[in-house]
Amino acid sequence: MRHYALLVLLFSSITTLSQNCDNTLTGKVTDIHDGQLLIGVTLTIANTEQSVQTGLDGIFTFSNLCNDTYYIQVSHPYCLTKGFKVRVYKNTNKSFKLEHHIEELNQITIEGKAYSNKSKTVLESSINKEELERFSTGTLGNALNSLSGVSSLNTGNGVVKPIINGLHSSRIVIMNNGVRMEDQRWGVEHAPNIDINSAGNLTLIKGAAALQYSGDATGGIIIVEAPKMAVKDTVFGKTSISGISNGRGISINSRITKSNLNGWYTSVQGSLKRTGDTESPNYLLSNTGVFEQNASIKFGFNRFDYGIETYYSVFKNQLGILRASHLHGAQDQVRGISSPIPLIINDFSYNIDAPRLGVTHHLGRVLGYKELGRRGKLSFQYDYQKNNRLEYDIRRGDDRNKASTDLELITHTVQSNFESNRSNTLQIKTGIIGRYQKNYPNPGTGIRRIIPDYTKYDLGAYAMFDTNISESLIMEIGGRFDYTHMNVYKFYRTSFWESRNYDTLLPEIVVEEVGNQILTQPKLNFYNSSATLGATYSFKDNYKLFFNYSLASRAPNPSELFSEGLHHSSARVELGDLRFNSEVGHKFAITLQNKNENFSFSIQPYINTINDFIVIEPVDVQETIRGNFQVWEYRQTNAQLIGVDVDASYPINEKLKLNHQFSLVKGYDRYRDEPLINMPPANFKNEIVYKNSEYNNLRISLQSAYVFRQNEFPNNNFEVYIPQTETNEIVDFSTPPNAYHLLNFNSSIDFKTSNKTALTVGLEISNLLNTSYRNYLSRLRLYADDLGRNFLLTFKLNY
Amino acid sequence: MKTMKFLSTAIFASALIFSCSSDDDSTPEPVLEEEVITTMTITLTADGQADVILQTQDLDGDGPDLPVVTVSGDLSENTMYSGSIVLLNETEDPAENITEEIEEEALEHQFFYTIGNGLNAETDYNDADSDGNPIGLDFVLSTNSVSSGSITFTLRHEPTKPNMGIEDAGGETDIEATFDIAIQ
Repeated sequence: MRHYALLVLLFSSITTLSQNCDNTLTGKVTDIHDGQLLIGVTLTIANTEQSVQTGLDGIFTFSNLCNDTYYIQVSHPYCLTKGFKVRVYKNTNKSFKLEHHIEELNQITIEGKAYSNKSKTVLESSINKEELERFSTGTLGNALNSLSGVSSLNTGNGVVKPIINGLHSSRIVIMNNGVRMEDQRWGVEHAPNIDINSAGNLTLIKGAAALQYSGDATGGIIIVEAPKMAVKDTVFGKTSISGISNGRGISINSRITKSNLNGWYTSVQGSLKRTGDTESPNYLLSNTGVFEQNASIKFGFNRFDYGIETYYSVFKNQLGILRASHLHGAQDQVRGISSPIPLIINDFSYNIDAPRLGVTHHLGRVLGYKELGRRGKLSFQYDYQKNNRLEYDIRRGDDRNKASTDLELITHTVQSNFESNRSNTLQIKTGIIGRYQKNYPNPGTGIRRIIPDYTKYDLGAYAMFDTNISESLIMEIGGRFDYTHMNVYKFYRTSFWESRNYDTLLPEIVVEEVGNQILTQPKLNFYNSSATLGATYSFKDNYKLFFNYSLASRAPNPSELFSEGLHHSSARVELGDLRFNSEVGHKFAITLQNKNENFSFSIQPYINTINDFIVIEPVDVQETIRGNFQVWEYRQTNAQLIGVDVDASYPINEKLKLNHQFSLVKGYDRYRDEPLINMPPANFKNEIVYKNSEYNNLRISLQSAYVFRQNEFPNNNFEVYIPQTETNEIVDFSTPPNAYHLLNFNSSIDFKTSNKTALTVGLEISNLLNTSYRNYLSRLRLYADDLGRNFLLTFKLNY
Repeated sequence: MKTMKFLSTAIFASALIFSCSSDDDSTPEPVLEEEVITTMTITLTADGQADVILQTQDLDGDGPDLPVVTVSGDLSENTMYSGSIVLLNETEDPAENITEEIEEEALEHQFFYTIGNGLNAETDYNDADSDGNPIGLDFVLSTNSVSSGSITFTLRHEPTKPNMGIEDAGGETDIEATFDIAIQ
């Protein structure tokens, strides 16, 4: 709507000839929904500097107007800006209505429409600020987990990696304030490097339909946006402090925002979290502490026809990996897996010792945009990211305190996007993007590089069109092309190089031979096309039917291409293949949605067929001087994922509401005709919420989460001879744990502490019954139970 | 559309600049693994007997090549052999002696010996760390009657010390090698 308003304003205002110019225009501005008077609404007469605001009574007055037609822009921080044509004759009274609902959706007004419609033919799920605040002590993955169709791959409580409709890692794109996150996300124990507290809104798109962000999101796209900035003179902030019982920790988060009517704004945010060893119901989980420090700043100015936004964030965390999960060969694994309790349980400690991870992620962006009148809106963005990942292992001698993996990934991106509003029925979004990336693995670790040195160049362009065919039918079509070039320096072990026959297949990429290693320089090119086609049909007032087909192409990641050797954190030998090509996914999704005051639901079945899907699977057991290790090799196959996500909510009365969720996904390797590994088991979530806005916004909820046992899994177990006992033992990596049921309690209440401040006190108890359970999607399930009961007490002050 | 054209040119130009400026020809240096143990040599000596040398050598570490296991000869019956273990990292030149590191961190390391079924022999530790617990770099192997079977040497990092044996020692396996030997 905003654009239409501006179009009207910019192109139809003709300088008026002055006649009798002492008229006044008065009126009030009300909310279109409930007729409530809106205070602080800015009204601007086009092509003049004349601008007024509505007072506490919701009334505005312009004076010295002529008998003429004026174009007035009416804007309010929480409303869509609208343009009105007003004919003034003598003293005129005119009232305006605005749609006051952006606040509820919590979208960023500065981004306007570009970010409010991520895709028109896929149902988006989102988590707003209020809900996000309940996760302020957790991770991004914890918050996303609350949405249907999302589960997570965990390594303890600190590494929570989202899985969308069965897919994860490189198949998921995360947009952090308009910047595509570029970190080392290929690994299972690599969680998104984003502070949940820096986000004001999370949006999830299951699939690759939002081509303006990427064409390779075969799994889906997660969009993280900072809180919106109001165009008014105000200073506000909030500070929250939480005590965490499990881990005996504390979390502090604070944000302060200043904005001005002239469009300038600044928002600064910081958070700190420190926990020690966590506990399962029966024992301590040694070395699972977390220390996280984050900060972000956003400033810029926001005018209705142009603006600049600057954002910078630093994410820094250190986390311990369960000590008992660090084991070497198959013999050690047999001991670790068969032991009913973790092999190592120490006294409680806040120390974070090896094995541990340390990640620092810097992210900066500058965005400028300009309305080009009838032609549309143009934006230009530059962003910079620097990711440093350190992995510390249990080492010997001089290397004891040295990281065993030290990777630095630097990314520069420039992009330009254009949105056209030339016609009322056809909307065009188009853009181009260029990206340069360099990975530097520090050779000083004394351990062969797990990811090689490389430079990568991406060039991409997209165009998307959506059109209202009729009042009830919207069609969307889009295409994107990406070119990727990688220039790599990789050391191979000579023995591996020869065992793969690379010496006869790829002799041209050899640079030199150094000792028992060969330096090679592969130069890889990938040409990826992606597309989307969809329609949304509205019927019977509340019903909507979404249909979407999306084609996504993903270039293999460096791990899939270049792994070659023992991966210490997973205690297995991993082998990639530099000859892989891009995987191509075809996803069909249908959604039936009913949004109704009495009963709302959505049913989202989908089928995702991925050709040349890259899987890693065990192929062999390798004997080394350190014992036997399982060998996992990447392979390309055809995969298919079929599933359904169901959401429903039913208000029993004004205060009580029931929420239900069910997700099911089945994944198969169509070539081998066997299930895919790590598919989330079916799960149910049922919740009852009591909310009383008359009594200090008291909110109490009780959630029951039932997770079924995963019955379909590939059997990757293997047998190993244990010389110490002279027996053969099965190393059981595959058998999923049993189904489990968890109860979670959540409550909060608001107190008005003064005119301008409010205190919210929240108490949350997760795993209320202190149930012992193991989660199939947790890497640590082989060695220890998951977390026990946790009390979380939060005080939040809004000012 | 002029602005569009300008911006697209700017983007592609900057992409080109990036690609030109960063295309330097310096190649990365190789990483020579410092902690790897490639070779374990166990020398068994006894008065009046030829030395018996047991060796396992895995020069490509966790690469695809199998460790090469050699036994220089048979042991004599009813003989007390004194054994010593030397660990080397032969990926470096000259080879790095890892035994010294193990001695320095004796509190965190221990060797275990497992005599397989059929082999009539016993082992005993012949060294100690500063707490008086065995390290196992030096040991005594006493052979009994004529027989044959296997002997396994396991080096554990960060085991529980003291312990009753490998069963309750815990820790992570740094080396594990099995030799088939005969007592004549």
